[in-house]
Amino acid sequence: MNLSNGRTIKTIRIDVAKCNGCRACEVICASFHAKPRYSSTNPARSRIRVIRDQVADIYLPVYAGKYTAAECAGRDKYVIDGREYDECAFCRASCPSRDIFKEPDSDLPLKCDMCESDPTVKEPWCVQWCLAEALVFEERQVAEDKAPALDDVDIGLTALANTHGWPKVLDAVGRMGGTEKKG
Amino acid sequence: MRYAETGFNLEVDLTRGSFERVTTDARHTEQFLGGLGTNARLMWDRVGPEVEPFSPDNLLVFGTGLLTGSPAPATNRTIVSAISPQTKLFAFSMMGGFFGAELKHAGFDKVVVRGKAPELVYLWIDDGKVEIRDAKHFRGLGTLETAELIRRELGDSMVQVASIGLAGENRVFFASIEQGRSSASRQGLGAIMGDKNLKAIAVRGRQDLNVARPAEFMGYCNDALKYIELREKNPIPGVMPIVAGLGSPQEMRVHDEQWHTENFVWGNARHRRKGFWTKEIHEKWTGTMEHMRTRLLSCHNCPLKCGAAISVDTRICSYMMKCFSKLTYTMGAMSDLDFGLKIAQKATEHGVDAFSAPQTMAFAIELYEAGILTDADFPGWPKEPEGRFYWLLDHIVRREGIGDVLADGTYGAAERIGKGAMAFAHNNIKRHEQLPLKLGMLNPIYFLMYSTGEKINITQIEGNFPQTPFATRAEREAFVKEWEHVPDERFKQWFLDWELRGEKSIPNYPTVEATCEIVHWQEMMHYIDDSVGVCAGLSSFPLKPPYHIHNWPRIISAGSGLTLDEESLKHTTRRIRTLVRALNIRRGMRRKDDKPPDDHWKNRFPELEKKLLDAYYEFKGWNSDGVPTRETLHELDLDFVADEFVQKGILKAEEAAA
Ligand code: SF4
Ligand code: SF4
Ligand code: SF4
Repeated sequence: MNLSNGRTIKTIRIDVAKCNGCRACEVICASFHAKPRYSSTNPARSRIRVIRDQVADIYLPVYAGKYTAAECAGRDKYVIDGREYDECAFCRASCPSRDIFKEPDSDLPLKCDMCESDPTVKEPWCVQWCLAEALVFEERQVAEDKAPALDDVDIGLTALANTHGWPKVLDAVGRMGGTEKKG
Repeated sequence: MRYAETGFNLEVDLTRGSFERVTTDARHTEQFLGGLGTNARLMWDRVGPEVEPFSPDNLLVFGTGLLTGSPAPATNRTIVSAISPQTKLFAFSMMGGFFGAELKHAGFDKVVVRGKAPELVYLWIDDGKVEIRDAKHFRGLGTLETAELIRRELGDSMVQVASIGLAGENRVFFASIEQGRSSASRQGLGAIMGDKNLKAIAVRGRQDLNVARPAEFMGYCNDALKYIELREKNPIPGVMPIVAGLGSPQEMRVHDEQWHTENFVWGNARHRRKGFWTKEIHEKWTGTMEHMRTRLLSCHNCPLKCGAAISVDTRICSYMMKCFSKLTYTMGAMSDLDFGLKIAQKATEHGVDAFSAPQTMAFAIELYEAGILTDADFPGWPKEPEGRFYWLLDHIVRREGIGDVLADGTYGAAERIGKGAMAFAHNNIKRHEQLPLKLGMLNPIYFLMYSTGEKINITQIEGNFPQTPFATRAEREAFVKEWEHVPDERFKQWFLDWELRGEKSIPNYPTVEATCEIVHWQEMMHYIDDSVGVCAGLSSFPLKPPYHIHNWPRIISAGSGLTLDEESLKHTTRRIRTLVRALNIRRGMRRKDDKPPDDHWKNRFPELEKKLLDAYYEFKGWNSDGVPTRETLHELDLDFVADEFVQKGILKAEEAAA
């Protein structure tokens, strides 16, 4: 496969079995993003949080993802190896339903930026500080995403129309088309 | 602006149900750093020698260290202080885990508790807001159980909780304060918390903690991490695995327990079991540990993992354990690891110290075997030692029947029992139970450490100097090669010359002079740690740690903004150490109390011991009775101590004037 015009995907592989719950990842992320850099620390400002439940033996590092304006209506509960995770445990969203991934003073959403900075860091800081190797940085090349095949869109839109009726769907498409943005 | 610390203490008066946020005196930070140092200063000012442990005037202080919560690895200690019910002296116990950092982020350096609540309460510190809440519904519940229920009650899984169990509520003299994977165990601080009717302190914080010189400080943090990584990959050759690495003893991951089981003593610190560690035992115990240990656990911001989640029932984590508590119940009851790990779950929920509790229970069994206690004292107790331990634990934490007597610890119980029971309380210093260890030849370094360490616990004063000489000169030369930790080159020479046998071996070598220096150095490192709030496991306890006397001044300075160099840090530490001494001197402690357990060594040397103590007191600037002299106190800006000593007749006026 020719990946010459592909892009690099930065991934952090999280091995929850290796996490010792030290929260060093939180400390360094918050400190790295402090202004001026390293001038303060505060886990509440970290873009990685370790979801913990000592008595259930849950230590789950979660990265801050996208902001969401509204919480989910339906939720899922995962039980893995006898550990019952909280409904929102795996979710990366900065969401009104919980207080993580928000600046504590302004409530502005936080998002992991992979420590993007100038000069670039060799590895994200949380990974560097996780000597337990629960967090491992991986980069890989992938081909550029193709535009979705038209008939997929057809199928999706039809499904929507079935539920909501065409007038509503068209209205929505019209409204959203103009506000679409990248990222 | 204050750096590394918040500059605020939370003062709580439980009698009145009131609290106040108090700005601390920045000069106290300069003079006493934080943690133990500022705790001691507070106690000096506010808890006079007349205050009994169970008086509302006794303070219970949860003091974070100066750097606690900073990005420096393992700066996570909360130093808990009060007058101990057992020793009646100034107690300080260092609690790891996550409480300290959370407290700082909640906006406080210390929680200072006075008075006594009319009913059982807990304290909820939510980001600067404080609430005293009803805890009657938690009465009698376990420490972890309580923590979990509090988190649910508050609807916040990230709350950190320090709590007591039945033992603390019932003022057992060796009750602990538990905090998840960590605890403040020694000297009965849980009993003080129980006496104050304080079931728990819950804390959650979201505030920034500032650093004085950010880039420089972070450089040091990264250096420390790199060094830890390197040191973990290169254990020190030629020493027992347990002291080859960093951290507190790696009991949760090391399976080879030959050293502990054959060199430490079983039962009521009596029986040496040479040849105990067979292949079968090794396999069985390894199996037990692997089966019950579900995860290794760290403290806040520390890459070591000295704790573990232990599963003894259907839960994946029934409780968390660390360090030597793995073996104390097993060895006390002359049983096996399976029993030890199981009873430790109950003991942790009840909140008792894992040194004193099993020792006291083994002591009771010995008294029974000696006929000093009889069947009438133990109604309905089982025949086998394991069952008896459960029976005793239950009666002690409830202070029921003989349990009420035993709850005072071996010394207190022996006093109450009489009939020659005191001979069985043989493993104490200053009334406090010690590691179960009995040796042959007196070691001068350990003699001074046991006698004078005011933490009254050997692991809290030993550390950076090897415990025993290395067999060959070549090994010693290899060891001193990368030993930049020593204060100066003389220490390397002392170690190089130290032999297993012959002229330059214990008890006469290291010389008296060298012994004083070695003990002083090791103790100084502990006092720095306990004031800075770093875990001893990465500084004063192991060989060749990442933090040492040469890099501490710049690390503390970059973090806190204090102006410090090596000399001034040594001076500050000496001030703190002397103030701790002064607190206890004011409470009546003297030379007569500075001694190891009588039977710790078989071969004793009264003349040498006298010489050692004389020389060490002089080295420390104390008089022949162990009281800091006026000159010393003046040199350390502790004139207020000297004045009170003169006023109370502890120092004579003419002595003081000299
Ligand atoms: S640094 Fe690693 S081990 Fe520590 S909490 Fe984060 S993910 Fe877990
Ligand atoms: S990758 Fe960087 S920004 Fe993202 S969580 Fe880790 S330290 Fe924070
Ligand atoms: S070395 Fe061990 S006890 Fe010390 S802070 Fe680290 S994990 Fe905790």
